[in-house]
Amino acid sequence: MIASIRTGLRSQKTAAVCSVILFVLFSIAILAPWISPHDPVEVNLALKLQSPTWDYPLGNDHLGRCNLSRLLHGAQVSLGFASLIFISSLLIGLLIGTFSGYKGGAIDLVLMRFCEGVMAFPTLVLVLGLVGLLGPGLPQVVLAMVMVQWVYYARMFRGMVLSLKERNFITAARISGSSHWTIIRRHIIPNVLPPIIVMGTLEIGWAIMDIAAMSFLGLGIQPPSPEWGSMIHEGKSYIRSNPELMLYPGIMILIVVITFNVLGEALSERFGVKRRY
Amino acid sequence: MGSYIGKRLLAVIPIFLFATLLTFLLIHVSPVDPAEAYLTAAHIQPTDELLAQKRHEFGLDRPLIVQYTQTLMKMCRLDFGTSYVSNEPVWQEVALRMPATIQLAFSSICLAVFISVPIGFLAALYKNSVFDHLSRLLAYFGASIPQFWLGYLLIYFFSVKLDLFPVQGRGSLAHLVLPSITLALGLIAIYSRLLRASVLEQLQEPYVLYARTRGIKEKLIMSKHVLKIAISPMLTGLGMNMGKLLAGTIIVEEVFSWPGFGRYFIEAIFNRDIPVIQSYVFLAACLFIVCNLIVDLLQMFMDPRISWKGSTDH
Repeated sequence: MIASIRTGLRSQKTAAVCSVILFVLFSIAILAPWISPHDPVEVNLALKLQSPTWDYPLGNDHLGRCNLSRLLHGAQVSLGFASLIFISSLLIGLLIGTFSGYKGGAIDLVLMRFCEGVMAFPTLVLVLGLVGLLGPGLPQVVLAMVMVQWVYYARMFRGMVLSLKERNFITAARISGSSHWTIIRRHIIPNVLPPIIVMGTLEIGWAIMDIAAMSFLGLGIQPPSPEWGSMIHEGKSYIRSNPELMLYPGIMILIVVITFNVLGEALSERFGVKRRY
Repeated sequence: MGSYIGKRLLAVIPIFLFATLLTFLLIHVSPVDPAEAYLTAAHIQPTDELLAQKRHEFGLDRPLIVQYTQTLMKMCRLDFGTSYVSNEPVWQEVALRMPATIQLAFSSICLAVFISVPIGFLAALYKNSVFDHLSRLLAYFGASIPQFWLGYLLIYFFSVKLDLFPVQGRGSLAHLVLPSITLALGLIAIYSRLLRASVLEQLQEPYVLYARTRGIKEKLIMSKHVLKIAISPMLTGLGMNMGKLLAGTIIVEEVFSWPGFGRYFIEAIFNRDIPVIQSYVFLAACLFIVCNLIVDLLQMFMDPRISWKGSTDH
């Protein structure tokens, strides 16, 4: 009993710390244009591979661009597009999943077989295949990831609708004369929200890593736009002389993804949601 | 038991068909015209006449259903067409690069199992000890570190600074070390946590208590009973993470210039070499399906509680 309360408190404390870190990171992403000391794409060959100075706190890259400014702007791309991928695939999945679960019958059967088929492919391989056909570029990567991800949400929401439809408290609420809106607001949303929040935090972490991986492979964002994965890609040629070029963006990715993962775990403990592996 | 295997095998057929259909449709929903892609890859100036000729050659002017059945028949014979870039049969090129990728994947799985089984097991036995916390830290780290970055970190420390291992390429055993570690760390993170959870679950079972009251040595209970059953979920994890492993090989091959199938795939994406892209996606799906099938069957032999009487629900 006491142990469970203690773990509960601990997970709440962890969640609070992670939320603060994420709040700071998102603020950095939004405020990047105002707080970064220089233009992230401004080339200045005179400052090529310079070590840190007061003016350029993290030094300059191989084209003399300000490392700090590029890191801060990179946060915008990573966090922004990861959130975009999460929200769009969530919405599509929500629409199709609830529709499929609510309707049932042949439509449900066809839609779910399609989802299972897509799930038969390893996610990242299918995304890469789609990018291969759509062509390299960040919009294509985002589109490909949404095209694959929504399937998992659709399955989740369908399962929720099916189990909720049969639950006694919904029937009871309906018998006692609650309106549709009240049932959705007071009974369905509180039941559906925790797993979405848990999945969302984990999913955004993965999306950030996948976007970075795509950019690293040269398929995501195109130069000269700053992005952490592509910064590692550019920095790798200077691994012997200037390892910090690839060190900084990697640390940023690690911090963001670890925070999302720890938060996801703490929340799933808090809400009692089982994680999917 | 025989009927279970039979049913499980039959269930694979529609998934396979769907996989072929999806890879086939990928081409037709994509904005790329294969004929044009071919000519661009071969550095030929596309004219209307040439395009029409190529379209006819690829069978693109026939009805979709005919095209699909033809593709299906060809895929069954492992004929994935010819690469636009090299003009060689894709399968031949793939077979050339496959051993490198398989070697990399296999050594990482072995490494991951060898490391994660003791870690997960000890973390469960000494729950909430310093070792358990350290293993949790390792799991977070392994799950959150970008593989390409980890690869370069390892190159920096072990090749550039300490000069212990070669930076890139394939050849000796030393070449295999860094890529395998890079690929294995993410798997270790998952497997050690999976095993820890399932060992903890097993320790709550009455049979452990019973064995203890009978005075059986703790060591024997752990090795002969608990570990044997607890490893089963790890096997499922192995099957489910096959996709992750495969995607990992693409990135690791790129980092270490490992001459495998994954690098060939990335090259094909840049060259818009559609037959190669198609065959990679299809073969990846096949691998995924077959691995999950094998895992299911293995699990059936290892865990006697799973029903053999033909039901698939467990």
